[in-house]
Amino acid sequence: MGTLLDEIIEWGGGVFGEEHMETLMQCVQCGKCTGGCPSGRVTALRTRKLFRMAQEDMREEIFNAPELWYCTTCYTCYERCPKGVKCTDIIRVIRNLAAKEGHMSVPHRKIGVYALKTGHGVPIGPDQMKIREALGLDSQPPTTQKYKEQLEQVQTICRETGFDALIDFDWDKMDLKEAEAKK
Amino acid sequence: MSEETKEYAYFLGCITPNRFPGIETSAKKVFKGFGIESKEMEGASCCPAPGVFGSFDMYTWLPIAARNLAIAEEMGLEIYVTCNGCYGSLQEADHLLKEHPKLKEKVNEILAKAGREYKGTTKVNHSIVVLHDVVGLDRLKEKVTKPMKGVNVAIHYGCHFLKPHEVRGHGSSETPYILEDIVKAIGAKPVEYKDRLMCCGAGGGVRTADTQTSLDWTRQKLVNMIEAGADCVIHPCAFCHLQLDRGQYEMNEAFGTSFNFPVLFALQLVALAMGFSEKELGLDQQITKMPEKLLK
Repeated sequence: MGTLLDEIIEWGGGVFGEEHMETLMQCVQCGKCTGGCPSGRVTALRTRKLFRMAQEDMREEIFNAPELWYCTTCYTCYERCPKGVKCTDIIRVIRNLAAKEGHMSVPHRKIGVYALKTGHGVPIGPDQMKIREALGLDSQPPTTQKYKEQLEQVQTICRETGFDALIDFDWDKMDLKEAEAKK
Repeated sequence: MSEETKEYAYFLGCITPNRFPGIETSAKKVFKGFGIESKEMEGASCCPAPGVFGSFDMYTWLPIAARNLAIAEEMGLEIYVTCNGCYGSLQEADHLLKEHPKLKEKVNEILAKAGREYKGTTKVNHSIVVLHDVVGLDRLKEKVTKPMKGVNVAIHYGCHFLKPHEVRGHGSSETPYILEDIVKAIGAKPVEYKDRLMCCGAGGGVRTADTQTSLDWTRQKLVNMIEAGADCVIHPCAFCHLQLDRGQYEMNEAFGTSFNFPVLFALQLVALAMGFSEKELGLDQQITKMPEKLLK
Protein backbone atom coordinates (compact mmCIF):
# COMPACT_ATOMS: atom_id res chain seq x y z
CA MET A 1 0.00 0.00 0.00
CA GLY A 2 1.21 3.49 -0.83
CA THR A 3 1.10 6.47 1.46
CA LEU A 4 -2.08 8.28 2.47
CA LEU A 5 -1.07 11.03 0.07
CA ASP A 6 -0.98 8.48 -2.79
CA GLU A 7 -4.43 7.24 -1.82
CA ILE A 8 -5.84 10.77 -1.67
CA ILE A 9 -4.44 11.53 -5.11
CA GLU A 10 -5.70 8.28 -6.58
CA TRP A 11 -9.21 8.29 -5.07
CA GLY A 12 -9.83 12.03 -5.41
CA GLY A 13 -7.99 12.22 -8.71
CA GLY A 14 -10.55 9.90 -10.26
CA VAL A 15 -13.19 12.57 -9.74
CA PHE A 16 -11.39 15.92 -9.62
CA GLY A 17 -8.24 15.10 -11.57
CA GLU A 18 -4.89 14.30 -9.97
CA GLU A 19 -3.57 17.87 -10.19
CA HIS A 20 -6.46 19.06 -8.04
CA MET A 21 -5.51 16.59 -5.30
CA GLU A 22 -1.77 17.15 -5.65
CA THR A 23 -2.27 20.71 -4.39
CA LEU A 24 -2.16 19.14 -0.91
CA MET A 25 1.63 18.95 -1.36
CA GLN A 26 1.71 22.74 -1.76
CA CYS A 27 0.49 23.38 1.78
CA VAL A 28 3.15 25.37 3.66
CA GLN A 29 1.29 25.47 6.98
CA CYS A 30 0.51 29.19 6.85
CA GLY A 31 -2.74 28.59 8.73
CA LYS A 32 -4.98 30.89 6.70
CA CYS A 33 -7.45 28.00 6.36
CA THR A 34 -7.70 27.63 10.11
CA GLY A 35 -7.79 31.38 10.74
CA GLY A 36 -10.93 31.78 8.65
CA CYS A 37 -12.57 28.47 9.51
CA PRO A 38 -16.01 29.03 11.12
CA SER A 39 -16.00 25.50 12.50
CA GLY A 40 -12.60 25.99 14.10
CA ARG A 41 -14.13 28.67 16.36
CA VAL A 42 -16.43 26.18 18.02
CA THR A 43 -14.82 22.78 17.37
CA ALA A 44 -11.40 21.13 17.41
CA LEU A 45 -11.13 21.22 13.61
CA ARG A 46 -7.73 22.53 12.52
CA THR A 47 -7.49 22.17 8.77
CA ARG A 48 -3.83 23.17 8.77
CA LYS A 49 -3.07 20.35 11.19
CA LEU A 50 -5.09 17.78 9.23
CA PHE A 51 -3.15 18.60 6.10
CA ARG A 52 0.19 18.28 7.89
CA MET A 53 -0.94 14.92 9.23
CA ALA A 54 -1.87 13.87 5.69
CA GLN A 55 1.53 14.95 4.36
CA GLU A 56 3.19 13.00 7.17
CA ASP A 57 1.17 9.86 6.34
CA MET A 58 -0.55 9.81 9.75
CA ARG A 59 -3.30 7.66 8.34
CA GLU A 60 -4.85 6.12 11.44
CA GLU A 61 -4.63 9.37 13.41
CA ILE A 62 -6.57 11.25 10.73
CA PHE A 63 -9.16 8.52 10.22
CA ASN A 64 -9.80 8.38 13.97
CA ALA A 65 -9.90 12.16 14.47
CA PRO A 66 -13.49 13.20 15.29
CA GLU A 67 -12.75 16.73 14.02
CA LEU A 68 -12.44 15.36 10.46
CA TRP A 69 -16.27 15.36 10.44
CA TYR A 70 -16.67 18.93 11.76
CA CYS A 71 -16.04 20.62 8.41
CA THR A 72 -19.34 21.96 6.99
CA THR A 73 -17.77 22.16 3.51
CA CYS A 74 -18.26 25.95 3.47
CA TYR A 75 -15.25 26.42 1.13
CA THR A 76 -13.91 29.50 2.96
CA CYS A 77 -10.45 27.91 3.26
CA TYR A 78 -10.62 26.70 -0.34
CA GLU A 79 -11.30 30.25 -1.54
CA ARG A 80 -8.61 31.88 0.58
CA CYS A 81 -5.68 29.45 0.40
CA PRO A 82 -2.73 31.45 -0.98
CA LYS A 83 -1.16 28.25 -2.34
CA GLY A 84 -4.27 27.10 -4.16
CA VAL A 85 -4.76 23.99 -2.05
CA LYS A 86 -8.19 22.56 -2.87
CA CYS A 87 -8.93 22.21 0.84
CA THR A 88 -12.61 21.31 0.94
CA ASP A 89 -12.36 18.70 -1.79
CA ILE A 90 -9.32 17.17 -0.08
CA ILE A 91 -11.24 16.96 3.21
CA ARG A 92 -14.15 15.25 1.47
CA VAL A 93 -11.77 12.77 -0.15
CA ILE A 94 -10.08 11.99 3.19
CA ARG A 95 -13.58 11.39 4.62
CA ASN A 96 -14.31 8.98 1.75
CA LEU A 97 -11.16 7.02 2.58
CA ALA A 98 -12.03 6.99 6.30
CA ALA A 99 -15.59 5.84 5.56
CA LYS A 100 -14.26 2.99 3.39
CA GLU A 101 -12.48 1.69 6.48
CA GLY A 102 -15.60 1.86 8.60
CA HIS A 103 -15.09 5.29 10.17
CA MET A 104 -18.63 6.56 9.67
CA SER A 105 -21.05 7.59 12.43
CA VAL A 106 -24.43 5.93 12.84
CA PRO A 107 -26.36 9.20 12.21
CA HIS A 108 -24.45 9.54 8.94
CA ARG A 109 -25.18 5.92 7.99
CA LYS A 110 -28.85 6.61 8.71
CA ILE A 111 -28.97 9.41 6.14
CA GLY A 112 -27.73 6.76 3.74
CA VAL A 113 -30.60 4.51 4.85
CA TYR A 114 -33.13 7.25 4.02
CA ALA A 115 -31.54 7.66 0.61
CA LEU A 116 -31.75 3.92 -0.09
CA LYS A 117 -35.35 3.70 1.15
CA THR A 118 -36.78 6.87 -0.41
CA GLY A 119 -34.16 8.42 -2.67
CA HIS A 120 -34.10 11.40 -0.30
CA GLY A 121 -31.72 12.31 2.51
CA VAL A 122 -34.74 14.06 4.05
CA PRO A 123 -37.96 12.21 3.16
CA ILE A 124 -41.51 13.54 3.53
CA GLY A 125 -43.92 12.61 6.33
CA PRO A 126 -47.71 12.91 6.82
CA ASP A 127 -47.58 16.36 8.50
CA GLN A 128 -45.67 17.91 5.63
CA MET A 129 -48.08 16.33 3.13
CA LYS A 130 -50.92 18.25 4.81
CA ILE A 131 -48.98 21.52 4.58
CA ARG A 132 -48.39 20.86 0.88
CA GLU A 133 -52.10 20.28 0.31
CA ALA A 134 -53.00 23.49 2.15
CA LEU A 135 -50.65 25.34 -0.21
CA GLY A 136 -52.39 23.87 -3.25
CA LEU A 137 -49.53 21.50 -4.06
CA ASP A 138 -49.79 17.73 -4.63
CA SER A 139 -49.51 16.01 -1.26
CA GLN A 140 -46.36 14.26 -2.47
CA PRO A 141 -43.84 15.78 -4.88
CA PRO A 142 -43.23 13.73 -8.06
CA THR A 143 -39.92 12.35 -6.86
CA THR A 144 -38.38 8.96 -6.09
CA GLN A 145 -40.33 8.66 -2.84
CA LYS A 146 -43.57 8.64 -4.87
CA TYR A 147 -42.54 6.41 -7.77
CA LYS A 148 -41.17 2.96 -6.97
CA GLU A 149 -39.64 2.41 -10.41
CA GLN A 150 -37.77 5.70 -10.12
CA LEU A 151 -36.50 4.83 -6.66
CA GLU A 152 -35.25 1.51 -8.02
CA GLN A 153 -32.95 3.41 -10.37
CA VAL A 154 -31.28 5.11 -7.40
CA GLN A 155 -31.08 1.77 -5.57
CA THR A 156 -29.48 0.19 -8.65
CA ILE A 157 -26.83 2.92 -8.70
CA CYS A 158 -26.12 2.37 -4.98
CA ARG A 159 -25.75 -1.40 -5.47
CA GLU A 160 -23.42 -0.80 -8.42
CA THR A 161 -21.16 1.54 -6.46
CA GLY A 162 -21.26 -0.50 -3.25
CA PHE A 163 -22.86 2.29 -1.23
CA ASP A 164 -25.14 -0.26 0.43
CA ALA A 165 -22.13 -2.20 1.74
CA LEU A 166 -20.36 1.03 2.72
CA ILE A 167 -23.07 1.95 5.22
CA ASP A 168 -23.78 -1.71 6.20
CA PHE A 169 -27.27 -1.70 4.73
CA ASP A 170 -29.47 -4.75 5.09
CA TRP A 171 -31.80 -5.05 2.06
CA ASP A 172 -34.15 -7.46 3.85
CA LYS A 173 -34.69 -5.12 6.79
CA MET A 174 -34.29 -1.99 4.65
CA ASP A 175 -32.26 -0.64 7.53
CA LEU A 176 -28.76 -0.84 8.96
CA LYS A 177 -27.48 -4.29 9.85
CA GLU A 178 -28.18 -5.05 13.48
CA ALA A 179 -24.64 -4.62 14.75
CA GLU A 180 -24.38 -1.13 13.25
CA ALA A 181 -27.80 0.05 14.40
CA LYS A 182 -26.93 -0.79 18.00
CA LYS A 183 -23.75 1.26 18.10
CA MET B 1 -34.93 38.27 -22.50
CA SER B 2 -38.14 38.35 -24.54
CA GLU B 3 -41.58 38.52 -22.95
CA GLU B 4 -42.48 35.04 -24.22
CA THR B 5 -42.83 32.20 -21.75
CA LYS B 6 -39.65 30.50 -20.73
CA GLU B 7 -39.66 27.11 -19.08
CA TYR B 8 -37.29 25.63 -16.54
CA ALA B 9 -37.07 22.21 -14.96
CA TYR B 10 -37.52 22.91 -11.23
CA PHE B 11 -35.25 20.58 -9.26
CA LEU B 12 -36.98 20.35 -5.88
CA GLY B 13 -34.44 18.38 -3.85
CA CYS B 14 -35.47 17.26 -0.34
CA ILE B 15 -35.88 20.10 2.16
CA THR B 16 -37.92 22.38 -0.09
CA PRO B 17 -40.77 20.00 -0.97
CA ASN B 18 -40.52 17.78 2.12
CA ARG B 19 -40.06 20.39 4.89
CA PHE B 20 -40.74 23.91 3.57
CA PRO B 21 -43.11 23.65 0.59
CA GLY B 22 -43.74 27.40 0.99
CA ILE B 23 -40.35 27.87 -0.63
CA GLU B 24 -41.64 25.85 -3.59
CA THR B 25 -44.80 27.96 -3.95
CA SER B 26 -42.80 31.20 -3.65
CA ALA B 27 -40.53 30.18 -6.54
CA LYS B 28 -43.39 29.02 -8.74
CA LYS B 29 -45.51 32.12 -8.05
CA VAL B 30 -42.73 34.67 -8.46
CA PHE B 31 -41.55 33.15 -11.74
CA LYS B 32 -45.09 32.78 -13.08
CA GLY B 33 -45.46 36.51 -12.50
CA PHE B 34 -42.65 36.99 -15.02
CA GLY B 35 -43.93 34.46 -17.57
CA ILE B 36 -41.58 31.70 -16.45
CA GLU B 37 -43.08 28.22 -16.06
CA SER B 38 -41.64 25.73 -13.55
CA LYS B 39 -41.84 22.14 -14.84
CA GLU B 40 -41.80 19.19 -12.45
CA MET B 41 -38.88 16.76 -12.75
CA GLU B 42 -40.59 13.40 -12.47
CA GLY B 43 -38.45 10.83 -10.69
CA ALA B 44 -35.84 13.25 -9.35
CA SER B 45 -34.15 12.25 -6.08
CA CYS B 46 -31.95 13.89 -3.47
CA CYS B 47 -29.33 15.98 -5.30
CA PRO B 48 -27.50 14.23 -3.30
CA ALA B 49 -26.13 16.62 -0.68
CA PRO B 50 -22.56 17.51 -1.69
CA GLY B 51 -21.04 17.80 1.78
CA VAL B 52 -22.84 14.72 3.08
CA PHE B 53 -22.98 12.10 0.30
CA GLY B 54 -19.88 13.69 -1.25
CA SER B 55 -18.14 13.07 2.07
CA PHE B 56 -19.28 9.44 2.23
CA ASP B 57 -18.54 8.33 -1.31
CA MET B 58 -17.82 10.59 -4.28
CA TYR B 59 -18.37 7.67 -6.61
CA THR B 60 -21.99 7.28 -5.43
CA TRP B 61 -22.67 11.01 -5.11
CA LEU B 62 -21.69 11.65 -8.73
CA PRO B 63 -23.89 9.12 -10.61
CA ILE B 64 -26.94 10.03 -8.50
CA ALA B 65 -26.40 13.71 -9.32
CA ALA B 66 -25.83 12.80 -12.98
CA ARG B 67 -29.12 10.89 -13.02
CA ASN B 68 -30.93 14.04 -11.87
CA LEU B 69 -29.20 16.04 -14.59
CA ALA B 70 -30.23 13.39 -17.14
CA ILE B 71 -33.90 13.87 -16.21
CA ALA B 72 -33.69 17.58 -17.06
CA GLU B 73 -31.81 16.74 -20.25
CA GLU B 74 -34.64 14.42 -21.31
CA MET B 75 -37.04 17.34 -20.74
CA GLY B 76 -34.82 19.52 -22.91
CA LEU B 77 -34.71 22.21 -20.23
CA GLU B 78 -32.30 24.09 -18.04
CA ILE B 79 -32.63 23.53 -14.29
CA TYR B 80 -33.34 25.94 -11.48
CA VAL B 81 -32.95 25.12 -7.79
CA THR B 82 -34.02 26.65 -4.46
CA CYS B 83 -31.29 25.18 -2.27
CA ASN B 84 -27.56 25.82 -2.16
CA GLY B 85 -26.94 22.12 -1.54
CA CYS B 86 -28.77 21.21 -4.75
CA TYR B 87 -26.94 24.02 -6.55
CA GLY B 88 -23.60 22.83 -5.19
CA SER B 89 -24.21 19.21 -6.07
CA LEU B 90 -25.77 19.48 -9.50
CA GLN B 91 -23.60 22.29 -10.79
CA GLU B 92 -20.42 20.67 -9.51
CA ALA B 93 -21.38 17.28 -10.97
CA ASP B 94 -22.20 18.90 -14.31
CA HIS B 95 -18.90 20.79 -14.23
CA LEU B 96 -16.82 17.69 -13.40
CA LEU B 97 -18.52 15.54 -16.03
CA LYS B 98 -18.00 18.18 -18.69
CA GLU B 99 -14.34 18.64 -17.71
CA HIS B 100 -13.42 14.96 -17.49
CA PRO B 101 -14.59 12.80 -20.44
CA LYS B 102 -13.28 9.56 -18.89
CA LEU B 103 -15.24 10.21 -15.72
CA LYS B 104 -18.34 10.83 -17.81
CA GLU B 105 -17.84 7.46 -19.53
CA LYS B 106 -17.50 5.71 -16.19
CA VAL B 107 -20.59 7.41 -14.74
CA ASN B 108 -22.60 6.58 -17.84
CA GLU B 109 -21.71 2.90 -17.49
CA ILE B 110 -23.38 2.99 -14.07
CA LEU B 111 -26.30 5.09 -15.27
CA ALA B 112 -26.95 2.66 -18.14
CA LYS B 113 -27.85 0.03 -15.55
CA ALA B 114 -30.53 2.44 -14.28
CA GLY B 115 -31.69 3.19 -17.83
CA ARG B 116 -30.36 6.73 -17.93
CA GLU B 117 -27.63 8.63 -19.74
CA TYR B 118 -25.90 11.90 -18.93
CA LYS B 119 -25.16 13.87 -22.08
CA GLY B 120 -24.11 17.29 -20.81
CA THR B 121 -26.91 19.28 -22.44
CA THR B 122 -28.53 21.06 -19.51
CA LYS B 123 -27.42 23.99 -17.36
CA VAL B 124 -27.83 24.33 -13.61
CA ASN B 125 -29.10 27.71 -12.39
CA HIS B 126 -29.95 29.03 -8.97
CA SER B 127 -33.46 30.53 -8.83
CA ILE B 128 -32.04 33.71 -7.28
CA VAL B 129 -29.66 34.10 -10.22
CA VAL B 130 -32.53 33.53 -12.66
CA LEU B 131 -34.42 36.35 -10.95
CA HIS B 132 -31.38 38.64 -10.93
CA ASP B 133 -29.98 37.90 -14.39
CA VAL B 134 -32.80 36.53 -16.55
CA VAL B 135 -35.81 38.42 -15.18
CA GLY B 136 -33.66 41.40 -14.28
CA LEU B 137 -33.97 44.08 -11.63
CA ASP B 138 -35.96 46.50 -13.80
CA ARG B 139 -38.76 44.02 -14.43
CA LEU B 140 -38.67 43.00 -10.77
CA LYS B 141 -39.15 46.62 -9.68
CA GLU B 142 -42.17 46.95 -11.99
CA LYS B 143 -43.93 44.08 -10.21
CA VAL B 144 -43.39 45.36 -6.68
CA THR B 145 -46.79 46.42 -5.33
CA LYS B 146 -45.83 46.48 -1.64
CA PRO B 147 -42.36 48.00 -1.39
CA MET B 148 -40.50 46.93 1.74
CA LYS B 149 -39.84 50.48 2.91
CA GLY B 150 -38.07 50.71 6.24
CA VAL B 151 -37.34 46.99 6.42
CA ASN B 152 -33.78 46.14 7.42
CA VAL B 153 -32.68 42.83 5.96
CA ALA B 154 -29.79 40.66 7.10
CA ILE B 155 -28.53 38.73 4.08
CA HIS B 156 -27.19 35.25 4.66
CA TYR B 157 -25.63 33.75 1.53
CA GLY B 158 -24.88 30.28 2.82
CA CYS B 159 -21.92 28.53 1.25
CA HIS B 160 -22.50 26.83 -2.07
CA PHE B 161 -24.29 29.78 -3.68
CA LEU B 162 -20.95 31.58 -4.06
CA LYS B 163 -18.24 28.98 -3.49
CA PRO B 164 -16.15 27.67 -5.10
CA HIS B 165 -16.32 30.84 -7.16
CA GLU B 166 -14.61 29.32 -10.19
CA VAL B 167 -17.53 26.88 -10.58
CA ARG B 168 -20.38 29.16 -9.45
CA GLY B 169 -19.31 32.12 -11.55
CA HIS B 170 -20.83 34.92 -9.45
CA GLY B 171 -17.62 36.88 -8.91
CA SER B 172 -15.63 37.03 -5.69
CA SER B 173 -17.16 35.10 -2.82
CA GLU B 174 -15.89 37.81 -0.45
CA THR B 175 -17.91 40.63 -2.09
CA PRO B 176 -21.26 39.22 -3.19
CA TYR B 177 -23.90 41.54 -4.61
CA ILE B 178 -26.82 39.51 -6.03
CA LEU B 179 -29.03 39.39 -2.93
CA GLU B 180 -28.13 43.00 -2.05
CA ASP B 181 -29.40 44.07 -5.49
CA ILE B 182 -32.64 42.14 -5.00
CA VAL B 183 -33.22 43.53 -1.48
CA LYS B 184 -32.77 47.08 -2.79
CA ALA B 185 -35.03 46.42 -5.80
CA ILE B 186 -37.95 45.56 -3.52
CA GLY B 187 -37.41 48.71 -1.44
CA ALA B 188 -35.72 47.18 1.60
CA LYS B 189 -32.29 47.89 3.05
CA PRO B 190 -29.47 45.34 3.45
CA VAL B 191 -27.77 45.65 6.85
CA GLU B 192 -24.12 44.94 7.49
CA TYR B 193 -23.46 42.60 10.41
CA LYS B 194 -20.58 40.74 11.97
CA ASP B 195 -19.53 37.56 10.14
CA ARG B 196 -22.09 38.14 7.40
CA LEU B 197 -20.50 35.58 5.11
CA MET B 198 -20.21 32.85 7.72
CA CYS B 199 -21.79 29.46 7.08
CA CYS B 200 -25.03 28.58 8.96
CA GLY B 201 -23.34 25.63 10.65
CA ALA B 202 -25.51 22.82 9.29
CA GLY B 203 -23.62 21.54 6.25
CA GLY B 204 -21.19 18.71 5.65
CA GLY B 205 -23.09 16.36 7.95
CA VAL B 206 -22.33 18.48 11.05
CA ARG B 207 -26.01 19.08 11.90
CA THR B 208 -26.69 15.36 11.55
CA ALA B 209 -23.76 14.18 13.64
CA ASP B 210 -23.72 16.91 16.31
CA THR B 211 -26.85 19.09 16.30
CA GLN B 212 -25.90 20.90 19.49
CA THR B 213 -22.59 22.17 18.11
CA SER B 214 -24.16 23.24 14.84
CA LEU B 215 -26.90 25.13 16.74
CA ASP B 216 -24.37 26.90 18.92
CA TRP B 217 -22.74 28.16 15.74
CA THR B 218 -26.06 29.29 14.22
CA ARG B 219 -27.01 31.05 17.45
CA GLN B 220 -23.96 33.29 17.18
CA LYS B 221 -24.85 34.24 13.66
CA LEU B 222 -28.45 35.09 14.64
CA VAL B 223 -27.25 37.22 17.57
CA ASN B 224 -25.04 39.18 15.17
CA MET B 225 -28.00 39.87 12.86
CA ILE B 226 -30.26 40.95 15.70
CA GLU B 227 -27.59 43.21 17.23
CA ALA B 228 -27.17 44.94 13.86
CA GLY B 229 -30.85 45.92 13.91
CA ALA B 230 -32.14 43.55 11.22
CA ASP B 231 -35.89 42.89 11.02
CA CYS B 232 -35.44 39.53 9.30
CA VAL B 233 -32.91 37.33 7.52
CA ILE B 234 -33.18 36.20 3.92
CA HIS B 235 -31.13 33.46 2.30
CA PRO B 236 -31.03 31.42 -0.93
CA CYS B 237 -30.97 27.93 0.60
CA ALA B 238 -33.62 25.50 1.85
CA PHE B 239 -31.08 23.77 4.09
CA CYS B 240 -30.06 27.08 5.70
CA HIS B 241 -33.81 27.71 6.13
CA LEU B 242 -34.10 24.50 8.13
CA GLN B 243 -31.16 25.44 10.31
CA LEU B 244 -32.11 29.11 10.77
CA ASP B 245 -35.86 28.59 11.27
CA ARG B 246 -36.38 25.17 12.87
CA GLY B 247 -32.99 25.66 14.51
CA GLN B 248 -34.45 28.52 16.59
CA TYR B 249 -37.00 26.15 18.12
CA GLU B 250 -34.24 23.62 18.76
CA MET B 251 -31.89 26.16 20.33
CA ASN B 252 -34.66 27.58 22.50
CA GLU B 253 -35.19 24.03 23.77
CA ALA B 254 -31.50 23.26 24.14
CA PHE B 255 -30.16 26.56 25.49
CA GLY B 256 -33.24 28.10 27.14
CA THR B 257 -33.16 31.08 24.75
CA SER B 258 -36.26 32.74 23.29
CA PHE B 259 -35.38 33.41 19.66
CA ASN B 260 -38.14 34.34 17.22
CA PHE B 261 -36.20 36.06 14.46
CA PRO B 262 -38.03 35.93 11.10
CA VAL B 263 -36.41 33.71 8.45
CA LEU B 264 -37.38 33.90 4.78
CA PHE B 265 -36.11 32.26 1.64
CA ALA B 266 -35.25 35.28 -0.55
CA LEU B 267 -38.10 34.60 -3.00
CA GLN B 268 -40.59 34.57 -0.12
CA LEU B 269 -39.67 38.17 0.69
CA VAL B 270 -39.80 39.05 -3.01
CA ALA B 271 -43.24 37.40 -3.25
CA LEU B 272 -44.52 39.41 -0.27
CA ALA B 273 -43.35 42.58 -2.04
CA MET B 274 -45.19 41.41 -5.17
CA GLY B 275 -48.41 41.20 -3.15
CA PHE B 276 -48.65 37.49 -2.36
CA SER B 277 -49.92 36.59 1.12
CA GLU B 278 -48.06 35.07 4.03
CA LYS B 279 -50.36 32.05 3.81
CA GLU B 280 -49.74 31.38 0.10
CA LEU B 281 -46.02 31.32 0.85
CA GLY B 282 -46.28 28.96 3.80
CA LEU B 283 -44.79 31.57 6.12
CA ASP B 284 -47.53 30.92 8.69
CA GLN B 285 -46.47 27.25 8.85
CA GLN B 286 -42.88 27.67 10.01
CA ILE B 287 -41.34 28.18 13.43
CA THR B 288 -40.46 31.87 13.20
CA LYS B 289 -43.36 34.29 12.83
CA MET B 290 -43.46 37.18 10.41
CA PRO B 291 -43.72 40.71 11.85
CA GLU B 292 -46.46 43.14 10.71
CA LYS B 293 -43.78 45.27 9.11
CA LEU B 294 -43.29 42.62 6.40
CA LEU B 295 -46.97 41.89 5.86
CA LYS B 296 -48.71 45.26 5.64
